Amino acid sequence: MTQRRFKWRNLYLWLVFIVLYAPIIFLVVYSFSKGDTMTNFHGFTWSHYQDLFADTRLIAIFLDTLLIALLSSLLATAVGTLGALGINNTTRPVTKNTLLALNNILMVSPDVIIGASFLIFFTALKIPLGFGSVLLSHIAFSIPIVVLMVLPKIQEMSTSLLDAAADLGANNWQLLSQVIVPYIMPGIFSGFFMALTYSLDDFAVTFFVTGNGFTTLSVEIYSRARQGINLEINALSGLMFLMAMVLVIGYYFINQYSSRHRSNVRGRRK
Amino acid sequence: MQRKQRLSRNTAYFVPYTLWILLFVIAPVLLLIYQSFFNIDGQFTFANYQTYFSSSTYLMMTVNSVWYAFLITLATLLISYPTAYLLNETKHPQLWLLLIIMPTWINLLLKAYAFIGIFSQAGIANQFLSFIGIGPKQLLFTNFSFIFVAAYIQIPFMVLPIYNSISELKPSYVNASRDLGATNWQTFSRVIFPLTLPGVKAGIQAVFIPSLSLFMLTRLIGGNKVITLGTAIEEHFLTTMNWGMGSTIGVVLIVAMVIIMWLTGGSGKRHARKGLTK
Repeated sequence: MTQRRFKWRNLYLWLVFIVLYAPIIFLVVYSFSKGDTMTNFHGFTWSHYQDLFADTRLIAIFLDTLLIALLSSLLATAVGTLGALGINNTTRPVTKNTLLALNNILMVSPDVIIGASFLIFFTALKIPLGFGSVLLSHIAFSIPIVVLMVLPKIQEMSTSLLDAAADLGANNWQLLSQVIVPYIMPGIFSGFFMALTYSLDDFAVTFFVTGNGFTTLSVEIYSRARQGINLEINALSGLMFLMAMVLVIGYYFINQYSSRHRSNVRGRRK
Repeated sequence: MQRKQRLSRNTAYFVPYTLWILLFVIAPVLLLIYQSFFNIDGQFTFANYQTYFSSSTYLMMTVNSVWYAFLITLATLLISYPTAYLLNETKHPQLWLLLIIMPTWINLLLKAYAFIGIFSQAGIANQFLSFIGIGPKQLLFTNFSFIFVAAYIQIPFMVLPIYNSISELKPSYVNASRDLGATNWQTFSRVIFPLTLPGVKAGIQAVFIPSLSLFMLTRLIGGNKVITLGTAIEEHFLTTMNWGMGSTIGVVLIVAMVIIMWLTGGSGKRHARKGLTK
């Protein structure tokens, strides 16, 4: 009886699981189909991938997207980490809570609001729409997640560590670069990875602030998808699926590393 | 001395971050509110708000948008709660959770694009309908397809917070309830559900607010039949260039967001949206 109920439960989970993955697998499967619609599989071909690699415009967009993602997450990680250190150093709880609340505003706001308000902001400051405005927006909406990833690591760090370094004559810069940063590195890395995925995933904010000359992959997919089925997009999704996998695995290993690191520290303390 | 040192360090850390808060958090919101008081010719006016609250088109659109967001949230919740519950009972919950979260790392546009293929006239969904004898139907560009795809995209964001609160539930409470003679339903409705309510609330918050603004889905999947607040804002900002009206709707959306946050207990745990448990 219990055996049988257990199977029913697994069936439900499997069903949810299949529904979640079916569309993605469907996309990737049709990227190998000879036809040009997503209706019947006409036999295996690499031709859509060949088209993809011959499409210089798309490759340029891909490289732009990657550049934006890397630059914005690097800068957001720097600003966010400093912000987290600053938040941690505040002494009054009121200040700290206000800062955390302000930090979370961009996390809970709908993308459309962020996009529209940034568009007004850039226009008001006469910042031309294009690479610069997209980069600034991506940095801006990635900072809060970096703060949220780094802050727990800083709070975990004991103050005696800092005092010891200061007693041994470390100056501020040495304290930061040789004690604090190495300790909170796992948090910084998770923050960086999250910022990277935020940037790669974003569509709505970019769509608002991109102007005419510059596009990222998401915006390009949107405009092509509005014109209908094009199996080149399927080939693109195959590649992006691979990239997402690499990111997930990378993130997994960083988490593994940090938990191992943590247990090492604990072990040494014993 | 040390205190002074710490103070200077503090300010140095803070310059870029404070600049970010001022420039990219506070200024844009204020500008949005400011812009909502200007008409399309750049004159100061309250007309946008008057138009909004007196026009049945805008009010109906708002009601519709909230209604669809409600339906999407309900559908997501009904699928996600059992999923999260069963997830907790498996042998390797963390692995299953990772598998549920993985699809969120695939670009949303690609998932929407997949459904254009699946729901198309001769697509796999219609082939299945023909196979079981119902015959092909118009699936793409219907309200059903919009809700389906939106729920599909949001499920992981609902499962995660619910799973977190279910996994914190002590089994002894459930056992105690059973020992005291409660039926399965009573145990669920009086013990399990109330104790996991924080997770449900966090999930509703993570799903409802974005559902009000999914303009790309209304265009790609809903065929412009469903107009959400997000669609209207996008239309006003990028097509008709009436930024004042767009900002007014934006202010309404912000108010709606604040109300939802207040109803679901404040603390924004949207970073759960990206599927991170730690």
